[in-house]
Amino acid sequence: MSSSRTDILKSALAESLWPRPPLWVGAFGAAALALLLAYPFIFTTPFAHHLMILILLYALMAQSWNVVAGFSGQISLGQAIFFGIGAYSSTVLFAKYGITPWAGLMVGMLLSALAAVAIGVPTLRLRGHYFAIATLLIGSSVQIVFQRWDWVGAASGLYVPIERASPWFYLQFHTSKVPYYYVALGAVAAGYFAVWKLRRSRLGFRLQAMRDDPDAAASLGIAIARHKVLAFMISAAMMSVAGTFYAQYVLVLDPERLFSAEISIIVLLMTVLGGSGTLWGPALGAAILVPLSEYSRIWFGGTGRTIDLILYGILILLVCMWRPSGILSLLEERIRRRAEIP
Amino acid sequence: MSPLLDVQGLTKRFGGLTANANIAFDVNEGEIVGIIGPNGAGKSTLFDLITGFQSPNAGRALLDGRDITGLRPDRIGRLGLARTFQKLKPFVDLTVTENVMVGALAHTPVLKTAREQALESLAFVDLLDKRNHFARELSTGQRKRLELARALAMSPRLILMDEVTGGVDQRSVAGLVALVRELKQRGVTIVMIEHNMQVIMRLADRILALHAGRRIAFGAPDEVRSDAAVVDAYLGTIDHAA
Repeated sequence: MSSSRTDILKSALAESLWPRPPLWVGAFGAAALALLLAYPFIFTTPFAHHLMILILLYALMAQSWNVVAGFSGQISLGQAIFFGIGAYSSTVLFAKYGITPWAGLMVGMLLSALAAVAIGVPTLRLRGHYFAIATLLIGSSVQIVFQRWDWVGAASGLYVPIERASPWFYLQFHTSKVPYYYVALGAVAAGYFAVWKLRRSRLGFRLQAMRDDPDAAASLGIAIARHKVLAFMISAAMMSVAGTFYAQYVLVLDPERLFSAEISIIVLLMTVLGGSGTLWGPALGAAILVPLSEYSRIWFGGTGRTIDLILYGILILLVCMWRPSGILSLLEERIRRRAEIP
Repeated sequence: MSPLLDVQGLTKRFGGLTANANIAFDVNEGEIVGIIGPNGAGKSTLFDLITGFQSPNAGRALLDGRDITGLRPDRIGRLGLARTFQKLKPFVDLTVTENVMVGALAHTPVLKTAREQALESLAFVDLLDKRNHFARELSTGQRKRLELARALAMSPRLILMDEVTGGVDQRSVAGLVALVRELKQRGVTIVMIEHNMQVIMRLADRILALHAGRRIAFGAPDEVRSDAAVVDAYLGTIDHAA
C-alpha cells in the first residue's frame, strides 16, 4: 500500500463515525427544544394547545411509517390498524376491567407488534407493491371487523369512562390540555430518540441496506424476511402508542375514524413531504400539514375537509417534482456529508 | 485435500430453456478460477445457483464439504461465501463507508470495529477519498470497487466476482487486475466471471468455459485456450466480431 494511502487511512480512522453537526444546527436544536418546552405558556389558548398536541401526535404517527417505509423500504398502507389497536387496547382494558391506560399502552404495543407479525409474515415475502396493496385491504377488513364486533361497541364504538381522580394514573385531564401536551411531547421525544438510536445501530444499518437493495443486503448476510417483519413490528408498536394517547385525548373511539385509510395515507404524505428516511422529516411534514388541515377547516368551515386534501395533493406534487426525497433531505445531506480530503 | 467449493451437476431450467445443464467444477483453496463464455452462456445463473438467489432443478454445491444447495443467500453469505453482482447494487442512500460497514457487520455487531474494517477495505480498493460520499455519487468504476470492498469486508473465504472489469475504462482495468492479484496473495479464493480474455488468461489458475448452458471445457488457461470447442464456440465468435 502506498504511503499516501496509509496516511489517508490514518486520518480516516481518526474521524468519528458520526460527524458532529455544525454549530448552528446545535443552536437551532436547543432553541427548538426550549420553545417546545415553554410552548403552552407562550401560547395559552386551548386552540394553540390543541394544534400542537395534534402536530406532536402526527409527528409520532408519521415516524412510525418512516420506520417501516422510509428506513426499511416496505410501503405500508395499513398503519391505521395499529392506531386502532392502540386505542382499543387501552380503552377496553380500562372501560371493562378498570386497568390503567399506562398498562393498556403496553398491551396495545404488544398486540400491535403481534398483529404486525401476523400480517407481515405472509405479505412481506411478496416483492413490489403487493405489501402496500395487502396492508390497505387488511386495513379495511380490520375496520369492518371492529364495526361489527359487539363486544367493543360495534359501529358506535366505545367511550373512555370519565375519571376525575388521579388524572396522571388514568391519563385523563379535564381542566386543561397542557398535561396532554407534555405527555405527547414525552411520547414524541421517546419515539424519536428510539429511532435515532435505531439508525445508529447494526439493525438500522441493515434495514437501510435492505431498503436500498434487498439482493445485495442478502448477499451480505442479512436475513431479509426477518428484518422486514422486525421493522414492521417496531413501526406498529410506535403507531399503537399514538392510538392509545389519541383515545385518552378525545375519549371517544369511533372505528370509522380510527381505522380509516385516511390515517394510513396521511402519515405517508407527511413523511414523504418532510423527508422519508430522515429522522426529522416526519416531524417537519406533520408541522406543515396539521396546521394546513386545521386552518383550512376554520377558514372554509365544513368544506375545509376536502380543501385540505387538495392542498396536500398540490404540496406532494411539488415535492415530487422538486425534491423527491423531501424538504429536509436538502439540509441533512449537507450535514451528513463532510468536506472532501484536502 | 477436498476443494473449497465443489459444484456437482447444477442444472437450472426456465421453462423450455436450460440455463445451466449439469455443470460441474471445483475450486481449491487459494485458487483463482475464471468463468468465460459468450452472453447467455449461463454464467450469472451459475452464480445465482451457488449463492442461493435461485434454486437449481438438480445438482448441488458444497462449500468446504458442506451442502449449501437451497440455503438462503444470507445463510450462504454468513458461511463465508461473498459475491458481487454484474448489475451493480450499491446502497445508494448510504455513504461509501456505511455501504462497506454493512458487509463488516455480517461478522461483528460492534459499529466501531465494522467501521475500522470498512475503512481498511476501502483503502485496499483505493476508494478512501470517497468515503464520505453517498454511493449514488460514484462512477461505474468506483461502484465496482465499492462492491468489491463491501464483499471483502465480510472477510469471506471465497468470493464470486461477476465481471469486475466489465464497463470500466482501460486504465481502471489494470488497477482492478492488480487488486485481484493482491487478494489472492492475501489468501482469498476467487471465482470470477470475466469477458476480457487477456485479463482472465493471465489471472486464472483454471478456467471454466460455458456455452449455451453447458460446460465445454475446464482446465488450465493454456488447455482451455487451445480447446477446439472453446475456440469454436467462444473465441471464434470474438475473432469474427473483431
